[in-house]
Amino acid sequence: MLAPTVVVLACAALLLVLAIAAVWIGRTRAGTTIIYGTSLVIALTAFLAGMAQLLRGSAPADDIVLPLGLPWIGVRFRMDALSAFFVVVVDLGAATASLFAIGYGSHERARLRVLPFYPAFLAGMNLVVLADDAFSFLVAWEFMSLSSWALVVAHHRVPDNVRAGYVYLIMASLGTLALLLTFGVLAGPHGGYAFAEIRAAHPSPALSALVLCLAVVGTGSKAGLVPLHVWLPLAHPAAPSHVSALMSGVMTKVAVYGFVRIVFDLLGEPAWWWSMLVLMLAGMTCVMGVLYALMQHDLKRLLAYHTVENIGIIFIALGLGLAFKAYGMAWAAALALTAGLLHVFNHSLFKSLLFFGAGAVLTATGERDMEHLGGLIHRMPHTAFAFLIGCAAISALPPLNGFVSEWLVFQAILLSPQLPSWGLKFLVPAVGALLAFSATLAAACFVKAFGITFLGRARSSAASAARETDRFSLAAMFSFAALCLIAGILPGLFIDALAPVVQVLAGGRMPVQTGVEWLSIVPIAQSRSSYNGLLVFLFMVISGALAASAIHRLASDKLRRAPAWDCGYPDACPATQYTASSFAQPIRRVFGSVVFRAREQVEMAPPGDPRPARMTVVMHDPVWETLYLPVAAGVGYAAERLNHLQSLTIRQFLSIVFAALVVLLLVLALWP
Amino acid sequence: MAVIADFLVQGAQMLIVLLTAPMLTGLVRKIKARMLRRAGPPVIQPYRDLVRLMRKEVVLADTASWLFRVIPYFIFAATWVAASLVPTFRTGLLFSWSADLIAIIALLGSARFALALAGLDVGTSFGGIGSSREVMIASLAEPAMIMIVFTLALVAGSTQLSTMAGFMESSAVGLRVSLGLALIALVMVAIAENARIPVDNPATHLELTMVHEAMVLEYSGRHLALIELSASLKLLLYLSLIACVFAPWGLAGPSAGLGALAVGALAYLGKLATGGFLLALFETSIAKMRVFRVPEFLGAALMLGLLATLLLFVSRSL
Repeated sequence: MLAPTVVVLACAALLLVLAIAAVWIGRTRAGTTIIYGTSLVIALTAFLAGMAQLLRGSAPADDIVLPLGLPWIGVRFRMDALSAFFVVVVDLGAATASLFAIGYGSHERARLRVLPFYPAFLAGMNLVVLADDAFSFLVAWEFMSLSSWALVVAHHRVPDNVRAGYVYLIMASLGTLALLLTFGVLAGPHGGYAFAEIRAAHPSPALSALVLCLAVVGTGSKAGLVPLHVWLPLAHPAAPSHVSALMSGVMTKVAVYGFVRIVFDLLGEPAWWWSMLVLMLAGMTCVMGVLYALMQHDLKRLLAYHTVENIGIIFIALGLGLAFKAYGMAWAAALALTAGLLHVFNHSLFKSLLFFGAGAVLTATGERDMEHLGGLIHRMPHTAFAFLIGCAAISALPPLNGFVSEWLVFQAILLSPQLPSWGLKFLVPAVGALLAFSATLAAACFVKAFGITFLGRARSSAASAARETDRFSLAAMFSFAALCLIAGILPGLFIDALAPVVQVLAGGRMPVQTGVEWLSIVPIAQSRSSYNGLLVFLFMVISGALAASAIHRLASDKLRRAPAWDCGYPDACPATQYTASSFAQPIRRVFGSVVFRAREQVEMAPPGDPRPARMTVVMHDPVWETLYLPVAAGVGYAAERLNHLQSLTIRQFLSIVFAALVVLLLVLALWP
Repeated sequence: MAVIADFLVQGAQMLIVLLTAPMLTGLVRKIKARMLRRAGPPVIQPYRDLVRLMRKEVVLADTASWLFRVIPYFIFAATWVAASLVPTFRTGLLFSWSADLIAIIALLGSARFALALAGLDVGTSFGGIGSSREVMIASLAEPAMIMIVFTLALVAGSTQLSTMAGFMESSAVGLRVSLGLALIALVMVAIAENARIPVDNPATHLELTMVHEAMVLEYSGRHLALIELSASLKLLLYLSLIACVFAPWGLAGPSAGLGALAVGALAYLGKLATGGFLLALFETSIAKMRVFRVPEFLGAALMLGLLATLLLFVSRSL
């Protein structure tokens, strides 16, 4: 039997071959189906191999060294429990996105700009999580970034997409630079780039601190931590929808993998203040992400901003895990890490599902702007149902899966008064409040996303003529919707599957869940807290069905259709409905006026004047305006000043080169 | 045998909450009317209303989808399940461990999510007003509630309501600043969540300030009956929650006999009547707020909850 690592590696190689072949296959009539169908089969194989490795538990992983790359390092691959879990997340998302794309991709006009890069992107993500040395990690990481960049600018005639690609490229370079330096510091002056060598080395506290900060910048910029998130809401929506699903649902998780690998695995014992840094960034990410999302009326951009919020939740759990680990509370660290990793899995499910739904809406109506949608539940009932499940799951509503992981994070927060550090004692409750706050705002956000897009009356002719999407897309959406429910009502299975991963990272694990009566989940002890999604689900189904049948049988089941009542003043014009902007208005007024300096200006024409009244809302993006614009202005200024360097004579250029050489030699001579 | 008894008690709890909920609503209405020197409808009027509504046909808007018809049952189911998991007359209910306090709050959150969607479904302006304001109110009320849960959980060392009630009844509690803050915050949240004055007016109709009533404007017949019943259940749930945590006296233990159960049931009815009276008194003595004053009211609740949690993080004995 082949080792799982070899299988996943072979799958990645096949995907690369497919990427090259796609240049030719993509031209044929059945190209889309062939490419996505093959990707589906390959990703499923890799998924099964990852599952096999994960379920083998703490079985030793195979080392694979290929004679490629730098001669004194080679290229090393290894799939331990952590990598196996992320292989599962990546390839489950990849397989379903491929299934979705068999249907969705047929609407693609610029096929050759998408088809070759899609398998390459999948291969890149798989290779990142398999890499076992810094060199191959960075190469795979960059490969993933660039192939996804190519997919972002696939529709390059749209001006916004070009800008998105530009910002993405800059931020991806910044992230890779930070990671390059991270591994440089980790490998030390002797250049032990294999992960095993890095793990064995023990850097000094100052160097560890430097590595932590660089890793936060490097992986955080890819994951979308505020304030490094700016590229994400531009780039994710710009790509074709199945790629958006992969970027939001899966690629951000690869970044989380990078963070976990570096900080929990390679860096050794954490110091207590590391968690302060992570928790502060994560709390801010949570609330800012969801507030940004609430202000959007572009469906895909709303989803992309919402990814930022969920990354915040994941990093809150990871930060708590770091804090517990620093104080040697292995069981609490295990709870926090399990919560974080479970949310990684859950978020990859529902965010991909939601992007699939947005893609289906986009193909059916050609619209991403919610202000032009509405009433799609009548035209696309199946898509609407799947999208609704995704919305409820991401809003952390029981009995679906999003609630389970957030519940576990809350349980981890409730353990933190035992932490001795005063800084954490003040920070953690505040982070808890931010988390609770963002969870409710998320529910508000998805009431808006679903309610404005699918409910009400159609706001444009495109929306009123929409047709249900194809079977492949529906199959992809419904398989993830089903998984959302299963992971919500049987969370114990998933928690137990995570145990070997957590065991390695935290040095402990959560209690075994599968043996608990009635399949409840019990983070610490039954008397302390427990939750049973299955029973809650069954109770709700039974009591709802009971009420329905009792009322229909004993009282009345008559129904009459009539025009809407609306307090006696119904208006036939769909413009009288609430829109995305007006739905968010109360929240914009309460929170947006502080965070985004939102101002509303109403211009009323004087009586007798037939001009329409106008309301304009002005909002400012605090991160972009305070952080990025000054830097961009600085770069522009410097470029302007240095412009005259272009027109120097050859002698002047040579003297500059000579001066630089002298300065470098001086530095080298004076280096201690 | 013990399992059957447990089942019976759990079943009795589910029936009790379902049957007393309209009574509580009727009682509050009656007391409010008496305080305003009106005769008021009889206490059992809500039952008559429910029966009448259930027998009527549903008039459904042309633009309503299937979701609009499912949501009342969903809201009722979520609220009923949540209400039957809060200990009323006996702790240690058979299924109490299937959802802790956080899950109960989240179940109510599910019901609110569904109701807000229902408000948007028909595509009228009133529904939109109601939904958008409801989520704005919830965006502050729910975090405040979670902070209250944190406070209680840190004091009692558990998020299970049965364990909490048991701990509160024991002498280990003592007087704590954090619990005082949590009680005030909980009352404020309960008022907002149940759409009572000063946040919303349950008696209003055709008013631009309405929130809850605006969302359910398009509902009629049995659907409306279920939503009204769920609203009553939610009020009962919050009163039971306050009673179970802050006034656990008389609660029968997990192994109590029939006598103790009877005492527990009587004590529970007494607590409900007191809570209803205090609510009516509060509602008649205060005026309704402007919608955009509500965030300040709930922001205060959130700060109180956060302060209580912080105090407990600083010292377990505060």
